[in-house]
Amino acid sequence: MKEKLIQKSLFLIATSAISILVLITFFIFKEGSPLFLKKGFFSVVFGSDWSPIEGHFGVWPFIVGSIWVTVGALVLGVPLALACSIFLVEFAPKKLRLWVKPAIELLAGIPSVVYGFIGVVILVPLIRVYFGGTGFSVLASSVVLAIMILPTIIGISMDSLSAVPPSYREGSLALGATPWQTVYRVVLPAARSGVLASVILGMGRAIGETMAVIMVAGNAVRIPGALTDSVRTLTSNIALEMGYAIGDHRMALFATGIILFGFIMVLNISANLLTRKK
Amino acid sequence: MNKKFTIRDLNIRYDHQVALSDCNMDVFANEILGVIGPSNSGKTSFLRTLNRMIDLNNQAVVEGEVLMDGKDVFIDLSVEDLRKRVGMVFASPICLPMSIYENIVYGPRRHGRRKKDELDSLVEESLKASFLWDEVKNRLHTSALRLSGGQQQRLCIARSLANDPEVILFDEPCSGLDPISTAKVEEALVELKQKYTIIFVTNNVKQAARISDRVAFFLMSQLIELDQTQTIFTSPNDKRTEDYVSGRFG
Repeated sequence: MKEKLIQKSLFLIATSAISILVLITFFIFKEGSPLFLKKGFFSVVFGSDWSPIEGHFGVWPFIVGSIWVTVGALVLGVPLALACSIFLVEFAPKKLRLWVKPAIELLAGIPSVVYGFIGVVILVPLIRVYFGGTGFSVLASSVVLAIMILPTIIGISMDSLSAVPPSYREGSLALGATPWQTVYRVVLPAARSGVLASVILGMGRAIGETMAVIMVAGNAVRIPGALTDSVRTLTSNIALEMGYAIGDHRMALFATGIILFGFIMVLNISANLLTRKK
Repeated sequence: MNKKFTIRDLNIRYDHQVALSDCNMDVFANEILGVIGPSNSGKTSFLRTLNRMIDLNNQAVVEGEVLMDGKDVFIDLSVEDLRKRVGMVFASPICLPMSIYENIVYGPRRHGRRKKDELDSLVEESLKASFLWDEVKNRLHTSALRLSGGQQQRLCIARSLANDPEVILFDEPCSGLDPISTAKVEEALVELKQKYTIIFVTNNVKQAARISDRVAFFLMSQLIELDQTQTIFTSPNDKRTEDYVSGRFG
């Protein structure tokens, strides 16, 4: 009897976590999707005019903004993260690895507002001086995000690199390959799926990040034409306008959320598929 | 006979644990040298010193001289060049996670051979020499990991051959194989002797008797005796050798 009770209540608690997720999803769709019906899906997604007062709700500038900023973060962050994880797993002395890995994981624990603040204080003025513009820009957001996704990518790629059997390395080295050839030709291909998954999860993190981006991106409503232009992302748009939005405007913000939801779902599912194949 | 390796006062330690002490021996070109002895007698450490795979172990300390054709392997030769000239086949077959073809051309490509027709014929030659060609000729581009254990081990031999080595080291190449696969690997070994110097470590005393020209007996980190196979198995000098080969211990 007691056993049954415990089982039942654990089941209830477990399902409640999932049902919260389901409810949130349902809620977002319920609040946002009427806008697609009202204005037409394409005019919302591909419309480039966002002026809530006049009733124009084109989110295309934010989609482009999110993509710019994320791609920028990946271009800057992925090589750094991969180089770091390859170095730590393959070349660094064990002692160094034991110190550095927790330190990198600590990076993930720093609140994003701190990253944003550092960005505002240091990065934005630097960009203003050296690249022109106001400094609040695609470039600033990309750099901040690149740093923020490092722990995600490094952590998971390190795990998948370490999971490659040592015998592969021995086999390659015994044939007279150099350590770098061994990493490049054998270890990396063997860890490919895990490394790719780490990049995709990093990408998800970059798309979803809000606070730090708002602080350094400038948030102008327009499609950025250059790296030094101001940019507004999907997440920033929701956060910036949620406070005073009502009616259709509010609905449009939820619609933005749906689009964001779509992006993240696609990324997470592909990351899952990639890791499962292994 | 030509000396391939000259080993003088070789000492190997892991931290403070002695793995081999004061080993002196010569290895002749084109012979099969069998290395026997119970586990932890220093056989594998000895073998891994010859192509410096022992470098991978940070705790290993190697002292003494290992000369290959008169050149010190730790000083005069680059480690990549040494490992190209001294191939190694491991106890468990470790094919790389790529196709059969790619496995074989991996080494040669790393040493600068790129021409496709050259590599193609190299693959065929090496697979024929390791008696694997007939079994895999129609699926050279499938994953090597799908081969059976015995086939994988012969692929590993083929892979070493493709590097055009002078010496091939075998570290218990048949420990994980069934008798039929073992026979095939042994057949390959005897055939290879024509062109290469072969040093193989084995736990199987009978195997050493079957295929080696000379046998070295290691016990408790020491080289006890090295002599013609015939002598080791019929009238060894040392009582311990006799006890071991006759199966009284080990």
